[in-house]
Formats: sequence, structure tokens, C-alpha cells
Amino acid sequence: MTLTINDLKSKKQYADKSFSVIVLLGGTTILVILAVIAYTITNRSTDAFRIAGFKFFTGQKFVPNGTPPALGILKYIFGTALTSLIAIVLAVPISLGLALYTTQVAPQWLKKPLVALTDLVAVVPSVVFGLWGIIYLAPKITTLYKHISDLCDGVPVLGSIFGKVGSGRSFMTAGLILAVMITPIITSIAREVIETCPQTDRDGALALGATRWEMITGAVMPHSIGGIVGAIMLGLGRAMGETIAVALVIGSSAAITSNLFSSGDSLPAVIALQWGEANATAKSALIAMGLTLFVMTLVVNFAATAIVTRSTKRMQGAA
Amino acid sequence: MTETLAIQTPHVGHASEPSAASGSAPQHSVVFDVRDLVVHYGAFTAVREVDLKIHPNEITAFIGPSGCGKSTVLRCFNRMNDTIKGARVEGTVNYRGVDLYGANVSATQVRKHVGMVFQKPNPVPKSIYENVAYGPRLAGLRNKGELDAIVEASLRGAALWDDVKDRLKSSALGLSGGQQQRLCIGRALAVQPDVILMDEPCSALDPIATARIEDLMQELKAKNTIIIVTHSMQQAARVSDRTAFFTTEVNEANDRRTGVLVEYDRTDRMFANPSDARTEAYVTGRFG
Repeated sequence: MTLTINDLKSKKQYADKSFSVIVLLGGTTILVILAVIAYTITNRSTDAFRIAGFKFFTGQKFVPNGTPPALGILKYIFGTALTSLIAIVLAVPISLGLALYTTQVAPQWLKKPLVALTDLVAVVPSVVFGLWGIIYLAPKITTLYKHISDLCDGVPVLGSIFGKVGSGRSFMTAGLILAVMITPIITSIAREVIETCPQTDRDGALALGATRWEMITGAVMPHSIGGIVGAIMLGLGRAMGETIAVALVIGSSAAITSNLFSSGDSLPAVIALQWGEANATAKSALIAMGLTLFVMTLVVNFAATAIVTRSTKRMQGAA
Repeated sequence: MTETLAIQTPHVGHASEPSAASGSAPQHSVVFDVRDLVVHYGAFTAVREVDLKIHPNEITAFIGPSGCGKSTVLRCFNRMNDTIKGARVEGTVNYRGVDLYGANVSATQVRKHVGMVFQKPNPVPKSIYENVAYGPRLAGLRNKGELDAIVEASLRGAALWDDVKDRLKSSALGLSGGQQQRLCIGRALAVQPDVILMDEPCSALDPIATARIEDLMQELKAKNTIIIVTHSMQQAARVSDRTAFFTTEVNEANDRRTGVLVEYDRTDRMFANPSDARTEAYVTGRFG
């Protein structure tokens, strides 16, 4: 019996080829869209950068319709950074605790409802959080703020962090709302990463006499740390970019202060709120703020990726 | 309870003990005394009515077909079955005079006396040094010099020191499978255990790495008692002093299989002249 090449040819080569073409198209489309966005945004920002120069980032005054226009966005950068920082500081311990509890501690019957509940919070639209913040949280929580403020009055450092209380619409309230928003995201991803830790690794720690907690820190954490940092970065990205919820509760009066109870403003909130009445110069400045935010998230992401790659490379063996 | 665990060393000064000429520990001392052991996983009985005694400074092998409960019994010796949901243990497992499943016995303390090496090498994604230092650190040791000494001694004990002494700070996952398994043995040795349980420690290793582990077991015998679960009868015959043969019995009522201990004796007798027909069928390769 003799074979021809047709007998051994893959019968599915057309399917394979068309699949790889589709995947390639999908991949390049994303890159093209990203490039177009980057180009347009950069292009439309040039006016603002030409007017303000480097003072765009360091200036504290933002009066785009003045003569000459003042285009300094430092206060907004500060607001974005501070609210995101508050959100991360509050959300990370809660998320990790929740993820560890559901995966390691919770009884079987409680796991599913817990997972469903956290995932449910994740799909709540951010405007709903914002509205809840402005009609309920901001007015109610001022009492608590005042207590904390009174307690810390005169204490160095703490006194300036928890200072005078304004309307309740503040950095702190925005940070709280953001924390509620990003907790389910970080929890979900962290939970899935932690669940991939093999039982054999956990058994190894337990067999050495580790308690459950020691097993978590000694075996589960080294295994999952890269993924957990990734989860935190995703949460941070969402916190930095969140517009509407923050716009509703931050108070919209830009300030650079160590007082968390003071009103402030953030980059995306300003962009959304001022776009409607913006003249050409202002529009260019707002677009440049968008570009700034974009670059900030990119930098944070690259930094995190670098940290994770370095630590996992060292720990998981280059060989 | 835990204090009594620590100081139960067999006394040789017993009056007129006709001890064996070899000068080994007296015959009456046993490390584990298992009586009427039954292990359930939920409604399923994994193994039942196991009675056996594990003797000090010997290697005891557990052999038998899959599902015969040999690993289940092994995991009773360091209470690793506690980590499996629905696992329930009946009967007594006496460890040097203390009932391991008695009240007030802490599983984590038991595991500091009874170490374990698993089928798949399972170092954590940290450095070689950190893997070995992990156990002593759990025990509260912080002194750098002492830790260094323990790490070196443990890695020497696991016949790995010469391979890794120049790269203690590099990742444990960069080692070969056999080296990783020796690292896991070293990690177990670092807490200075009395007993080392090995659950098919060589099944993921090539023959050369297997031979090294088997040599190592013979060295460890001087200080430790070893119980090894193995699928390889040749390995059991090569390394062990005593062998326990387990098999499965099918319950006609629900068609579930339950493990039973068929025969337990000195290894040479088990392989040359077993008293149970099922053992003979298994060791001669006619079954399983």
C-alpha cells in the first residue's frame, strides 16, 4: 500500500488556519484601538501642554477661561492618588481576609453563598454606590468623622490626618465608597488565585506542625503572592479611574491637604463634571488630564508587574 | 499531654532484659501500637480493624493494591486525616504510650514528632534555605546561627548538602525532582522528628533518584523510625524490615471497597513464606 501526502494531511487545517486568523485579527484590533486612542488623546492634549508647559502637572490653579488661562492639575492628581490610597488601604485587608476565609476556613455550606454575595456586590453599578454615598453615607458618617476628629485633636500627625470635618463629602467618603466597590473584585481574584494552591503544598506545611494560619502564611501566600498583587492592581486601576461615584461624594472643591475629612476633587470627576461648559482650551486641558490618568494607571501597572515578575522569578526558580 | 510525648525514650536499664545481641532497643518497646483502627470518610469506610505495632529504628513498609487503605492508615500516625473533611477515626493509635486521638492531643504537636514526606515533592516556592528553616521557625527558633546549623545538619542528613551548599538562597523549585524530594526529607528532619512517614516517596522519581532515597532511608534508620507506603513490592523487599500487606474487600451490600490488613510480619518472611494465600498471590504477582 502506498500513501499519498493527502492521506497524512491534517483534515482540519482550514479550521485551524481560520481560527488563528480570527484570533490574530482580534488581537491586532485591540492594539489598533489602543493606538488610535493614545494618538487622539495625545494630539488633542497638545494645546494644554503648550499653554501650561510642565506647570500643567505642578500648578495648583485650574482656571481655563481666565486670561491668561491657568492650567494646573496637581490638586486633582493629589485627589485621585489620595482617594485610591484610602480605598486600597481599607479594601486590601478586608478582601484578603474574605478570600482566605472563604477558601481556607469557611464550612462547605457557607462557601457558595459567600462567593455569590461578593460577586453580587461586584456587579452593582458604580453610580448606585455614588448615590448611596451622597444620600446616606456622607450625611450619616459626619458624626463618626467628628468623633474621630475630636479624639485626634492636638495629637501630632493623627490630628492633621483626621482634621476639621466639613460636609461629609470628602476624600475619606470617596475612599470608603471606592473601597466598597473594589473589595469584591480583589476578593474574587484573590480567592481564585488562592484556590490554585495545591493541596500537596498545604499538606507539606501542615505535616511540619504548622497551624492553619502558619500554613496560610508559609505555603499558600508564597504560592499566591503574584496573583494577589495582580488582583490589588486591578482594584487600584478601577479606583483610580472611577468617575461618577467619586464625583458625587468627593465634594468637588480641589485641595491639597493632609486632612482626609476635607473636600477635594479627582481627575476623572473633574473631567466628567466640567466637560459640558468647557471652551476649547478647557477641553484640551481635560483631555490632557485623561492622558495623565491613563499614564498614571500604566505606570502603576508596569511597576506592579515588574515587582511580581522579579519576586516570582527569584522564588520559583529561574532554572 | 504534650510533655509526655517528648520524653518517652525507651529505657535500656531494665532489670535482666535479655536484649538482642545487636544492642538495639528492647523488643517490648513499640513506637506505634494500633488497635481496632477504623477510618471512615463520611459514610464510606476506608479501612477497618487494623491492628499492628510499629517497632523503633525499623523501616516498615505498607504494600497493597490501590484503594486498600495503606495511605489512610499512614495518615493516622500524624493525624493528617484531620485535614480531610468528613474523615473519622475509631480505635486507638498509641504513640509511645499516648493515645494520639485522645483529648488534649494537638495535631500540630503530633506532627512535630511525626514528620511526613509526600508522593509528589512539595517544597514551597521559596529558597532552599527557607524551606528547611520553615519547620524550626514554626517551633519558635529565630537565632540565625542556630538556624544555619540546623539547615546544614538537615541537608547533610538528607544527603543534599553537597549538591546545594553553594546555592542555599536560590529557589527550591530549581532543583531536580529527586533533589526536591531529598529537600523535603531534609525539611522533615529539621524539626528533629522521631518518626518519618513516607507516602510513596519515590513514585515520581527515576531509578537513580530512587536508589539515593532508599540509601538515605537506611541511614536515617539509626535515629528514626520510618513507615513507608509503596506501590513497588521490590522497594518494600529491598528497604523494609517489616511489611504490612493490605487489600480491599468488597461489601456485597453496597459494592463499596474497604481496606483490610491481611498480614503483617518480618519482610523476609512476608516475601519468602507468607502465611496468607492473598499475600502470596500479591507478592508473587498473581494479583494486584
